[in-house]
Amino acid sequence: MDPHANSIEAHGLVREFKKGPRAVDGIDLQIDPGEIYGFLGPNGAGKSTTVHMLTTLLPPTAGTATVAGYDIVHEGPAVRKVIGAALQEAALDPYLTGREHLRLQTAMHGITGDERKRRSDELLARVGLTEAADRKIRGYSGGMKRRLDLALALVHRPRILFLDEPTTGLDIQSRTALWEEVGRLARDEGVTVFLTTQYLEEADVLADRVGIIDHGHIVAEGTPEQLKAEIARSTIEAIPADREQRGSLAAVLERFGAPTTGFGPGSVAVQLASTDGDIAAIVRALDAEGVRIAHFQIHEPTLDDVFLAKTGRHLEGAGEEVEEKQQEEPVSA
Amino acid sequence: MQAGILGRRAVVRTARQPANVVFPLIFPMLLLAVNAGGLKAETRLPGFPTNSFLAFALAVPFVQGALLATVNANVEFARDIQTGFLNRLALTPVRGLVLLVGQLGGLLTIALVQAVFYLAVGVAFGVRLETGVAGAALLLLLEAVIALAFASFGSWAALRTGSTEAVQGLFPVFFVFLFLSSMNIPRQLISTTWFRWVATINPVSYLIEAVRSLVIQHWRWETIGLGFAVGAGMSLIGFALATHALVGRLART
Repeated sequence: MDPHANSIEAHGLVREFKKGPRAVDGIDLQIDPGEIYGFLGPNGAGKSTTVHMLTTLLPPTAGTATVAGYDIVHEGPAVRKVIGAALQEAALDPYLTGREHLRLQTAMHGITGDERKRRSDELLARVGLTEAADRKIRGYSGGMKRRLDLALALVHRPRILFLDEPTTGLDIQSRTALWEEVGRLARDEGVTVFLTTQYLEEADVLADRVGIIDHGHIVAEGTPEQLKAEIARSTIEAIPADREQRGSLAAVLERFGAPTTGFGPGSVAVQLASTDGDIAAIVRALDAEGVRIAHFQIHEPTLDDVFLAKTGRHLEGAGEEVEEKQQEEPVSA
Repeated sequence: MQAGILGRRAVVRTARQPANVVFPLIFPMLLLAVNAGGLKAETRLPGFPTNSFLAFALAVPFVQGALLATVNANVEFARDIQTGFLNRLALTPVRGLVLLVGQLGGLLTIALVQAVFYLAVGVAFGVRLETGVAGAALLLLLEAVIALAFASFGSWAALRTGSTEAVQGLFPVFFVFLFLSSMNIPRQLISTTWFRWVATINPVSYLIEAVRSLVIQHWRWETIGLGFAVGAGMSLIGFALATHALVGRLART
């Protein structure tokens, strides 16, 4: 089998827009067949622009990339034959039914007759929409739309699947169902999955490897475990029993690490300075200062800590106000 | 086959939005009724080509209907661009031209159904086609050409701007062309010089006159041919512009 069959490679990929900075600024990617690659970053980081380039919808300004061994610039039609994509907007026609969408999508891929019906029924069953298949999309929930979107991306049995923020806005139940299906596709069918997300948990749970992108640059890459091990410093969060002692609590904790934010109101948090933080020493210090504690918790490193370490900001709220979507109006120049 | 399925989608989508079905059928008929009642004294003007103002004015709904179908269908087309539906189609192996042909094909079907309705209403109220059944068939063919002419310009606007508002903005522009044509009076009877001049250079006049000729006159090939030629010319220009805009819009490699 061709070693590039299901792989994605990019070298120095750049996309500039007429007005504004470089949305993607020289990224390199090496994604292996059957891998789930999580592309994690805030709004405006360049995730969707990267997906649009890799799926041939947007020509890169510079750099090269191959998808399944095909050059994204010079072999666009060949790329489109082997990929499936569910883009950021679940672009569905509210006046058509789920089954009619599948009929349209299969026809566009040249699937006809009995095979069309068989494939549509199979996909509807797989994403749990058999009963809703003949209902118009305007009556679907967000989760149902996303599941149909996934089914549409799979009609032609793609070898590589691009999912652009597939679970944004979904409840946890719908999100989990989608994760299971994506995991199954990679595990059982060997589909390579390129998944963009702004959810830490999604990248952590689903991805074999994670690339963290910020301002068009990949700032960290590796398995979630590797990335967290790089940080390897736990965070201590504590809430004083007496609010008057908040200052004393902070003073004690800051002897052991740097203050950090993003925790509940009233709590004090520090990221420990050393990888082998002595919890007993902290407790003894608090006791010695007479600080009484209502809540004490040790947080293991998360991908947000990785993002914080690499960019100086937390992932949540790091998004630029200018929507990435607005930047992505295709330009013919 | 792919163009057929895309055309079918355009028809189904319109059929499921009652406002997009009822308004293009009723509005031109109401305007026809008002004009036929209020302007029937025109038929006493020397040189007026018919005794029935209803028969004279029946040509107008055919052009209005094509305009309304164009605006409605292309608003939906622009919405496809805004929502990313066009990107979904662009990610399939389907050729760009097929997308455009499918869109225009669906719109053409809608315009023809409307035309049959207008014709049926006209006949029901006593209009007699001077060119008979063959004339009715040619009238539907002409309606297809007229619809294509407006539709291709509408598709160009949708593809160029990707904005539903911009396409909706075409509606008054198209209607200005309609009102500055020979829709309510034969050109040779327009006494205001500037209006006669504007109506003469306005291509919509020739479309209306060709339809009108098939209804109230015997086979006047010069008028009919001119209508087809103007419609075909507009279609060619509009289609070329729309194709160019499609290439820019898709921008896929």
